[in-house]
Amino acid sequence: MSGFLDALLLQAGYNAALVAIGAALLGFAAGTAGTFLFLRKRALVSDAVAHATLPGVGLAFLVMVALGGEGRNLGGLLIGSALSAWAGLLLVEWIARRTRLAEDAAIGAVLSVFFGFGVVLLTVIQTLDRGRQAGLEDFLLGSTAGMLFQDAVIIATGGALVVAAIWVLRRPMTLVAFDAGYATALGVDTRRVDLAMMGLVMAVTVIGLKLVGLILVVALLIIPAVTARFWTNRVEVVLWTAGILGGASGYVGAALSASAPDLPTGPIIVLIAAGLFALSLLFAPARGILAAALSHRRFQARVHRRQGLLALVRSEPIHDPLTLRILRAEGLIRPDGVATDEGRALAAKIARDERRWDVARAVHQDTSLTGRYDGLTPIEEVFTADQIADFDVRLGAPHAVGA
Amino acid sequence: MSMGADFVQFSLTPILIGILAAIACALPGNFLILRRQALIGDAISHVVLPGIVVAFLVTGTIAAIPMLLGAGAAALVAVALIEAIKRLGGIEPGAAMGVVFTALFAGGVLLLEQSDTSRVHLDVEHALMGNLETLIWFQAEGWGSLADPAALADLPPELLRIAVVALAIAVLTVVFWRPLKLSTFDEGFARAIGLPVSVIGLGLVIAAAVAAVAAFDAVGSIIVIAMFICPPATARLMTNSLAAQVWGSVGFATLSAILGYVLAGYGPLWLGFDSAVSAAGMIAAVSGLILGLACLFGPHRGRVGVAAGG
Repeated sequence: MSGFLDALLLQAGYNAALVAIGAALLGFAAGTAGTFLFLRKRALVSDAVAHATLPGVGLAFLVMVALGGEGRNLGGLLIGSALSAWAGLLLVEWIARRTRLAEDAAIGAVLSVFFGFGVVLLTVIQTLDRGRQAGLEDFLLGSTAGMLFQDAVIIATGGALVVAAIWVLRRPMTLVAFDAGYATALGVDTRRVDLAMMGLVMAVTVIGLKLVGLILVVALLIIPAVTARFWTNRVEVVLWTAGILGGASGYVGAALSASAPDLPTGPIIVLIAAGLFALSLLFAPARGILAAALSHRRFQARVHRRQGLLALVRSEPIHDPLTLRILRAEGLIRPDGVATDEGRALAAKIARDERRWDVARAVHQDTSLTGRYDGLTPIEEVFTADQIADFDVRLGAPHAVGA
Repeated sequence: MSMGADFVQFSLTPILIGILAAIACALPGNFLILRRQALIGDAISHVVLPGIVVAFLVTGTIAAIPMLLGAGAAALVAVALIEAIKRLGGIEPGAAMGVVFTALFAGGVLLLEQSDTSRVHLDVEHALMGNLETLIWFQAEGWGSLADPAALADLPPELLRIAVVALAIAVLTVVFWRPLKLSTFDEGFARAIGLPVSVIGLGLVIAAAVAAVAAFDAVGSIIVIAMFICPPATARLMTNSLAAQVWGSVGFATLSAILGYVLAGYGPLWLGFDSAVSAAGMIAAVSGLILGLACLFGPHRGRVGVAAGG
């Protein structure tokens, strides 16, 4: 535990600190870049981009070895992965635009075929020279164990650059993500903005390869954005919330994994993000499951209360147990089911308001007002006091019932 | 031993298993790509890993039946979770899918790393890449072994399993052809004539999950995703008739499996290298090349109303 605290406070060594900062920056960049993808409803394009990095890693290794180099140089491998990811992305776009296959089929085709080809290259590399090959499999699931100082610097710098690029591009990208048609009308080149968005997604993927691996980097692009969406309806707030959620997942995950070497970094980061998602799904105000269940219960109670009061007006017996419970709890009926004075008064008001609505519908042709009649909205919320007084005049003076 | 005997012993069963796995995935894939659910296969093949890890932790063995049950259960859990997040959270399908399969996959990897699996052959790479090359027929001594009951009893059990699943999926496709076709092309009409549209949709996803799990057992998840999409997509670019598309997808799946296996096994030898490359990866790559050709030259590659290539 103290190891975890040390790592959390950046006291677990220079490399671990750099990795934690890199993971936080990467998470922040992934959360924000992923928000644009999510709002454009293209979240899974990132899956194709991520899987398409594998052949690039393999080819870059082969090229570097052929040129007499080390082969395992992270910078070189990342450049290779970026090139093949870009090729995969262009292919997805080309298939979806030029053929009648839908984008999801294009994504699936590109991700499986590129990945398959990448696996073929990995087996080729295995046969070439077993000693130098070690480490390429790490790109599948990520690994921070034994990460070189210069690798950590590449990740931290890359993460910072992507965050900076997102800051510069945030306005046009927000506009396009929110309403592409409006953006076009304003003269924004949607296609170029989309391309920039994809460039950022690709950058996040490539930087994330070493840390979380190509299979799970998709999670960092999708989960924080979806999580943030539960908390707000405002685009800018979704954007920065997703960034913070992603950054926090990355930072805490990297710290946890640094303190417990058995815990693989990528899955830990993803599971922390998924935990935040599950909490939001359950407990977010307004859009969470709990909030939805509560508002459903409140609505149900309002309907039952009103139906009960209408029954009181007509002196009909009430049998529904929920209605009886609600009316009793509010003191509108006595335990034996007979209406109290308060209950009769409220019932009389509801009966009167029903008559007022009848008049209102006859008088007002404006359905935007009379259309708001749903049996639950009080008439005072729709019409002014003057208008209601007018309805009352048309209704005639009240007269005693049964007198 | 003659060349033929070598082939029967080392290549016949892997090729057959590859073909059957490819067909079992391609058949439901036809309907999935038409319904824009192509990535369900991707999601299912990711969650198979947590399924088999949990099955291993519960039973302590890597026997096939518990593994298959675990994987099948995980696939159903994933589909249910995706549906729940879509409906309860109001999240678009792609993102809901992305959340579920990555989270479950991460859970599977973590469980695997944390549990002692050193004495069994269970790891992530194996799950991804399969072990098609190792499914050889030890007892075979030549083509004559096909008539030898003792040798036949030694066939890899994966062959029988994938054969049963492929046959079952083929039969289901034929039996439910009309409702599948109607609900895929015109859901409103299918509902209007009283077809249980959502049951058909769920049945399709379950069939896809069974195919994915059975194929995964033998060939790993790369082939599974590739075969769900590439052969049906290729066939879709060649014809406008659904029946022709389904037959075409079976043909392209078979072709990919044979060509991929042969290229992986013998290609490096022809080029002067001494060891084979991943058959699963090569089969996926070949299916992609075939799809690429169809994208460039398929007679029905363009959208209706758009000139081909325009």
